[in-house]
Amino acid sequence: MDFTPTEDRRMIGDSLRRYLAEQYPIEHRNAVAYEGDFHDPAKWAELAELGILGALVSEADGGFGGAGFDITTVFEEMGRAICAEPMLGNLMALRLYAAHGEAERIEAIIAGAEKAAFGFDESDAYGDLDSITTRANGDTLTGRKTVVYGAHCADYILIAAQSDGGKLGLYEVAAADAEVLSYAMIDGAGAAEVILDKTKARCLAEDAREAIEAALDAGRVALCAEAVGAMDVLKVMTKDYLMQRQQFGRPIALFQALQHRLVDFSIEIEQARSITIYAAAKLDESDSKARALAVAQAKNLIGRAGKLVAEEAVQMHGGIGMTWEYSGSHYAKRLIMIDHQLGDTEDQLRTAMALSDIAEGV
Amino acid sequence: MDLNFTPEEEAFREEVRSFLKDKLSEELATKVRNGRDLNKADMENWHATLNSQGWLAPGWPVEHGGTDWDSVNMHIFEEECARANAPRTVPFGLGMLGPVLIKFGTEEQKATILPRILSGEDWWCQGYSEPGAGSDLASLKTRAIRDGDDYIINGQKTWTTLGQFANKIFCLVRTSTEGKRQEGISFILVDLDTPGIEMRPIKLIEGGFEVNEVFFTDVRVPAVNMVGEENMGWTIAKYLLGHERTNIAGVGASSEALSQLKALARKVKRKGKPLAQDPLFAAKVAEVEIDLEAMRMTNLRMLSGVADAQGSVSSMLKIKGTVIRQAINDLSRRALGATACPFPSEDVIGNYAIAPAQAASNAANYFNNRKLSIFGGSNEIQRNIIAKETFGA
Repeated sequence: MDFTPTEDRRMIGDSLRRYLAEQYPIEHRNAVAYEGDFHDPAKWAELAELGILGALVSEADGGFGGAGFDITTVFEEMGRAICAEPMLGNLMALRLYAAHGEAERIEAIIAGAEKAAFGFDESDAYGDLDSITTRANGDTLTGRKTVVYGAHCADYILIAAQSDGGKLGLYEVAAADAEVLSYAMIDGAGAAEVILDKTKARCLAEDAREAIEAALDAGRVALCAEAVGAMDVLKVMTKDYLMQRQQFGRPIALFQALQHRLVDFSIEIEQARSITIYAAAKLDESDSKARALAVAQAKNLIGRAGKLVAEEAVQMHGGIGMTWEYSGSHYAKRLIMIDHQLGDTEDQLRTAMALSDIAEGV
Repeated sequence: MDLNFTPEEEAFREEVRSFLKDKLSEELATKVRNGRDLNKADMENWHATLNSQGWLAPGWPVEHGGTDWDSVNMHIFEEECARANAPRTVPFGLGMLGPVLIKFGTEEQKATILPRILSGEDWWCQGYSEPGAGSDLASLKTRAIRDGDDYIINGQKTWTTLGQFANKIFCLVRTSTEGKRQEGISFILVDLDTPGIEMRPIKLIEGGFEVNEVFFTDVRVPAVNMVGEENMGWTIAKYLLGHERTNIAGVGASSEALSQLKALARKVKRKGKPLAQDPLFAAKVAEVEIDLEAMRMTNLRMLSGVADAQGSVSSMLKIKGTVIRQAINDLSRRALGATACPFPSEDVIGNYAIAPAQAASNAANYFNNRKLSIFGGSNEIQRNIIAKETFGA
């Protein structure tokens, strides 16, 4: 057993941390996250140059990473900076392109020349691949995908849709061919509604169910790591605030009621870090059931821990934690909203229950 | 990053498994699995079995009869013992006094006392807490006053676990009332046969007897029984509390308790269906399983030396480990519904078993295990330790 990161991953993590600290400070982040294009093309190009996108793809598929721990290395840093760039959408798209041998597209995305997103949720099929109504008909798609992360600035959007054969297929749509309605999310960064009306589409696979599940699991692990990074930062902010804030003639850090609350959420952060490591390791396993169980377990715990940390951090900051101006409030929002992405605490618990051995043999 | 055990570690696990398969009797394992009280002979027999294998005191140096296991080996050993429902060894001699003597004892103390711990000739118990000194241990008042070559001890100790089976006790006593409270405490070894000692059992919430009060009235103890220098007891006490933290999270015991809970949920029925298929109950089980999985990783991170082993991580593991264990106990009790109610010794009336035999003690165990978050430094004290490290104050 060895819990130390490899030298390569340490370097990627360190250089990304330095880059984001210098180039993506919270003022810049908030300007990008809530205004304009919800995306900074110049910074995206630099992230690509740093090799961040290449780290998300295996060597065999044209990158130089691609393992669970590569994903967590990148996303933990994204979380520390609550970076608003469309990394999640591109991660899932890269995994799907890799699963279907789309070397050319992968090369372009890794180089920062193209961006992609993945549309799966629908307003009546949230976290529910079985109820998707978007349909393929010949080489066109019709339907509506909701809250597609990163679609606001994507060149290509991958779409999960019912194929002619009734399976869950995977299609690629050029963003220019679809109606893409962009907006900012409450915690910053962009998404879009993607409306398809006999929109021209390229079929990657008539039956892409397994690849889609795997890509979503990669996205979930990424969100777990992002949450761990954000929680670490919010914990330090809260600790520093408690030590600096004076009431009743002393720093409020001296009050045991507050000390114990900070300790309780610190324990959950360690739990969150642990289970993210566990899920990242399982992401690379060929046993898809074991992978799905570990990922669901991880994201369930992350959902609970993230909510605890976010709510407690705001509470312990008092009024200042409620303000837009204070950066901690944006970390708290991100932590709460991560639970809404790719299945929340209860969704993950349902998955974990379905895959648990508790009812085996009854 | 590599979360797999090495081939050597897996081979070690197999060795432990086959030892347990050969040497742990089904009768004893069943007693442990069913949460029944073990008698003195049960504990002594298992102690002797481990001793003859050389695995009784894994944390001791080899020259004193220990093993050369690293912390991962010890973790594997503990995990396998829990899975096989082997009794836990009694920690007072093996996990507490032994390491203290190895660190602070004289050559003579080591030579005479350590072998008798291993052989089982001596059963040690602990005299730390007092009625007025629990979490605030440094306020202890039991006095030891020097008189020639002896100390004369007066006072009272409490919460002395399994004192009823012991013939020896190690005590923290006050040898000075000058200066800081911590600087007037000494660590002394006492023979329980000495005149003036009275041990009284304390009946616990579930009806069991495992702790005692110990009264000392003019108890004369040779001064050579002191460990370390006079007034150095606090240093020793702190060392002792910080020792052997590999199992502080109780991962093995909780894993075994969880798999028993699942087995029980498959067996008992609610509304005509196995409880395991009830989504409300299954959700609670799934949630605690997730917490346990995360804690297993936290524990392994600590053992691998990535997370800080001495400081706040072990306090975190103590808190989380006890909370998880208690949550499993809570569900195990509730899985039984009304059949959890009978007093454990009366669960079989005539030939009629009320609850499944392996679960009849679930309510008693739930009550008994409320102790987990109280002893060994209450969970609130653990939070203070973490806070002190966090805020540096």
